[in-house]
Amino acid sequence: MQFIIDHYNYWLVIILMMAGFYTVISRSNLIKKIAGLSIFQVSVFMLYISIGHVKDGAAPIIESDVTVYSNPLPHVLILTAIVVGVATTALGLALVVRIKEAYGTIEEDDIHKQDQSL
Amino acid sequence: MMHNLILKVISKFLIPLIMLFALYVQFHGDFGPGGGFQAGVIFSAAFILYTIVFGLDAAKKIIPPGVLKVLASLGVLIYAGTGIAGLILGGNYLEYGVLASNQIAGQHIGILVIELGVGITVASVMMIIFFAFAERGRS
Amino acid sequence: MIDSIIDITLMTFLVITALAIIRLHSLLAVVMLFGIFSLLSAGVFVVLDAVDVAFTEAAVGAGISTVLMLTTLALTYKHKEEKTEKTPIHAGLLPLIVVLITGSLLIYGTSDIPAFGDPKAPSQTHVGPYYLEKSMPETGVPNVVTAVLASYRGFDTLGEVTVIFTAGVAVMLLIGRRRKTKPENSESGDDNHDA
Repeated sequence: MQFIIDHYNYWLVIILMMAGFYTVISRSNLIKKIAGLSIFQVSVFMLYISIGHVKDGAAPIIESDVTVYSNPLPHVLILTAIVVGVATTALGLALVVRIKEAYGTIEEDDIHKQDQSL
Repeated sequence: MMHNLILKVISKFLIPLIMLFALYVQFHGDFGPGGGFQAGVIFSAAFILYTIVFGLDAAKKIIPPGVLKVLASLGVLIYAGTGIAGLILGGNYLEYGVLASNQIAGQHIGILVIELGVGITVASVMMIIFFAFAERGRS
Repeated sequence: MIDSIIDITLMTFLVITALAIIRLHSLLAVVMLFGIFSLLSAGVFVVLDAVDVAFTEAAVGAGISTVLMLTTLALTYKHKEEKTEKTPIHAGLLPLIVVLITGSLLIYGTSDIPAFGDPKAPSQTHVGPYYLEKSMPETGVPNVVTAVLASYRGFDTLGEVTVIFTAGVAVMLLIGRRRKTKPENSESGDDNHDA
């Protein structure tokens, strides 16, 4: 029982991660792939934040009457990663738009058919 | 979209508040949750709302794409320039302590200035990206 | 205790939303659910004490990302066209098996991670306490996340800002210019070269 309480958060994060991973490798629509990729990304963020969490800790903003804080370092890393993540997502979506203009479709199967690469 | 009176009135009421909140987040980032990244995104969200409701041409009149490109580079320059300023004043790159007479005041100035640079870059890059997508839809 | 209950509830909602995103074929619904997913994850971040991260995730994920995905939908499908994905040809058992194996390996790996919220875990005892103790006397900034972001790890953040700037430039190069040929045109291959 204690083992479950100690690790349930990691397991839920991994389930989310695998849901994103499954969307990326099994779907053929490029927009859905990018949505899956973003889910994967958010779950990685959650894994980091879970590792930085301290039981009964407060948010890392110094107050005189608080003694236990969560670890601020993962927050810093993930804060910048989120904004970089949206920039890369935008880049991916721009590529999707270009692919649509070049091939007339955003279904990966149809693109392979046109390229005769599958 | 051109005739949605309720949308127009409500967004005219909301946009100044969103911008004000963005400025609060920007300059209160030292003491509460917030900082340049969040403020930039919130500020650009206000402009994106304006673009969606009033159209791309109206938004471009307020902030021309050329200005956005300059602002995006300016933010990075402010950040890097703060580091250079530290070098000139006899410290290390991005050492803020030398910017003022004592360590704490220097840190405050340094953090405020670079957060401003981050905010300007993030806000203008987000707007550039959205304008690029919106522009593509019309051509 | 109440934290754990909220955490588990939000996480369950997240898993349900993620499964719905996999199941649904309407892309508009997928994009809206993705916005909900981001907002719920911001809630999880608040429960895990990462208020700055939650703030960013709520503004970025539920705001900008969703709007960008909607504009992409508008760009890639015609005005009244049904925005649904096609069923993939190869959606057999293979992806599911790969995901199940990877997932079980990762879950097996978590048994070595220190307990969730353990104050004595190595990640909590190394540099974290230094920042918590020293940031106030050294920088005078109560928000430790801002202090570390802008002062202790200023180089890191400079790199991140440059990455964002580069992404903006790349998007401008990809779709910023006006199209010279219509997409239906047979010359669409040329379009790739001039940008």
